[in-house]
Amino acid sequence: MSKKILIVDDSPSIRQMVEVTLRSANYDITAAEDGKKALDICQDNTFDFVLTDVNMPNMDGITLVKSLRAMAAFSKTPIIVLTTEAGADIKGQGKAAGATGWMVKPFDPTRLLQLVAQVLG
Amino acid sequence: MSIDIEQFHQVFFDESEEHLDTMEQLLMEIDLESPDTESLNSIFRAAHSIKGGSGIFGFDGLGGLTHVMENLLDKARNGQQVLTAEIINQLLSTTDLLKNILNDYRSGQPINQKEIDQAINLLEETIDADSASSELEVNNDGFGFFDSPTTSGQHTEAFGFFDGTDSAKETNDSAGFGFFDAEEKAEPVKDNGFGFFDTETVKPAPSEDAGFGFFDEPTDTAKTPRQPSPQQKVDTNNKQARSASTPAATQVKKPTTVENKSIRVDTAKVDLLVNLIGELVITQSMLNVLGNSETPLAKDKLEQGLLELERNTRELQEAVMSMRMLPISFVFNRFPRLVRDLADKLGKKVELKIEGGNTEIDKGLIEKLVDPLTHLVRNSIDHGIEMPDTRTANEKSESGVITLAASQRGGNIVISIIDDGAGLNKSKILDKARQNNIPVSDNISDEEVWQLIFAPGFSTAEEVTDISGRGVGMDVVRRNIESIGGRISIESTPGLGTNFNISVPLTLAIVDGMCVASGDQVFVVPLVAIIESIQPSQEQLRIISNEPLLWVRDKYWPILNLSKRMDIDGAIQSPTEAIIILIESSKKRFGLMVDRLLGQQQVVIKSLEQHYKRVPGAAGATIMGDGHVAIILDVESLADDVSTEATEKKHE
Repeated sequence: MSKKILIVDDSPSIRQMVEVTLRSANYDITAAEDGKKALDICQDNTFDFVLTDVNMPNMDGITLVKSLRAMAAFSKTPIIVLTTEAGADIKGQGKAAGATGWMVKPFDPTRLLQLVAQVLG
Repeated sequence: MSIDIEQFHQVFFDESEEHLDTMEQLLMEIDLESPDTESLNSIFRAAHSIKGGSGIFGFDGLGGLTHVMENLLDKARNGQQVLTAEIINQLLSTTDLLKNILNDYRSGQPINQKEIDQAINLLEETIDADSASSELEVNNDGFGFFDSPTTSGQHTEAFGFFDGTDSAKETNDSAGFGFFDAEEKAEPVKDNGFGFFDTETVKPAPSEDAGFGFFDEPTDTAKTPRQPSPQQKVDTNNKQARSASTPAATQVKKPTTVENKSIRVDTAKVDLLVNLIGELVITQSMLNVLGNSETPLAKDKLEQGLLELERNTRELQEAVMSMRMLPISFVFNRFPRLVRDLADKLGKKVELKIEGGNTEIDKGLIEKLVDPLTHLVRNSIDHGIEMPDTRTANEKSESGVITLAASQRGGNIVISIIDDGAGLNKSKILDKARQNNIPVSDNISDEEVWQLIFAPGFSTAEEVTDISGRGVGMDVVRRNIESIGGRISIESTPGLGTNFNISVPLTLAIVDGMCVASGDQVFVVPLVAIIESIQPSQEQLRIISNEPLLWVRDKYWPILNLSKRMDIDGAIQSPTEAIIILIESSKKRFGLMVDRLLGQQQVVIKSLEQHYKRVPGAAGATIMGDGHVAIILDVESLADDVSTEATEKKHE
């Protein structure tokens, strides 16, 4: 069975790009447009991997990571935060929230696949 | 497998345009005294999103500018930068420039790098000018450290990422992500988590080059080979080469608008469509089974199946049509900016009110309404609204009000541009009409006077100003509106203001029609124009000055015999045996005499002009269920053939 990945980003173009790229590698993709919607989805679903943007309306990525980590089903799920800031403050926040790692935007499909392959083994 | 990144460009353009519109709108609403944090956050987020996407999709012209903009906005929302009217104006003109750049990318035009660099410099000056005073504050911040010049320099580099080339640093760049290992150094900037992507070749480098990281070390990562993507690099190098050559082409004329061919559709609408298709498939298979059975019950079932099919088709049609519908706020939202800028320029005070922005209208029509509406709004500000002192002298509020309103009335959308200005000047219009040799009768009604301003050539040189006289006269406004099947009317009261009312069909593709027969021909009358249909009695008919009239609803109605108008043989000529359809057009009301009514149905409009030629009295044609072509009548042009003399005489 293909691995299930949740992607969270408010930008339709980036969401689509990530979605198409990961589908091409036969991952099972679910997409959400902000943290709040992602959290709703996560109430009834589990994922092998979560990739989330940081800066989003309604609920940002850092809050999403914190909320997911508080749920038993997501306590161990790899979560990567996508961010345009390579700055250490965002990394610090991500780490403190319990994220597995970060990836800086911009990224290209190759890099994305590389990251996901590495996380999911 | 490689992913063609260009397939996402259209989505990116659309979303960026929306972000820019949001930014513009929010920027104009900002209260300088006490800026609303949530709107500042939204503006920041919009700039941030454009920056993020432009990096990924390689639109560096947008990336650099939004980056500086983002810095400024970030300072503003953190209270480190005081927003002034000048800064808002600067941000507004930056959004203008971003829109231009976006259009250039969209249409494949070279971007104007020089202009971008200038704008970046200006914004940076603004930031520097103000941050001098707030420097201390930043340093006192816990993370002020990360704002050091070197770090921000690398930030800028970070979105030049796709453009990276051959240096040793590129090795790190192309790793692009990394993991925080468990023994991460206390100094986050120096973390070397990316190391395990390429343990042999990675040189120690600041983490900003790594681009991704993990907070906990995964077990098997150290051996994962790094996969550079030469293809991507080649592509982006070309892109850079292209944009590098643009400063030379500064004077390239830009297309003003690029028609947007894609639609963003609410997912709920797509879901509905998918469901409906599902039902259609079920009905189809049901009919299929029936086709193969020979039982006597089959007929009943067939009828039931056909009913289902009819319902499915109708719902599908509605669902598909609704996808073309957009809220009219797409047009209206551009006006606050226009009104603000124009009022400033003219030294007038104008408040803009928008009503009914949620009214939905066909996307194709929306695009065609932009120009006429823009012209009318400009016109209202320029000629309608008076100068503040004139207004005060006339006991009006200093600030004029322009209302843009939209509402749906039957199959039409009515859009009004209402100003509380001086109103149209009847004698001036009449004078100008005479100067321009436009025939004017002596007892002309107000409405007819107002219509004179739509006459070709009416806008004369003396009236042309920088604002509304851009070589586009009101005649073009009317032509534009008529070209989409709409009509425009004016109400004006001296001293109180002017209303321009535009009525356009909801959609151009389908019309609710009444099918009628005249002789052996079938015609379709748009349902919106029909008041009622009657078979008149002899007592209701009169002949006045050789014109047949019908007395109904306490009024006389002139009668237009469709068979005579269309040269049809064998039609009923005696009104008492025929059917008279009472029709109300924008200009007049009349009775249309036909043989009989065939029934009501929705028809798809096909252009006659495109396939045959323009036919007076016909708005188009459609193909009926039996394969015959039926003419769709244009009640507006039929009304022109109706003589109202007799009716008026009778009413007097």
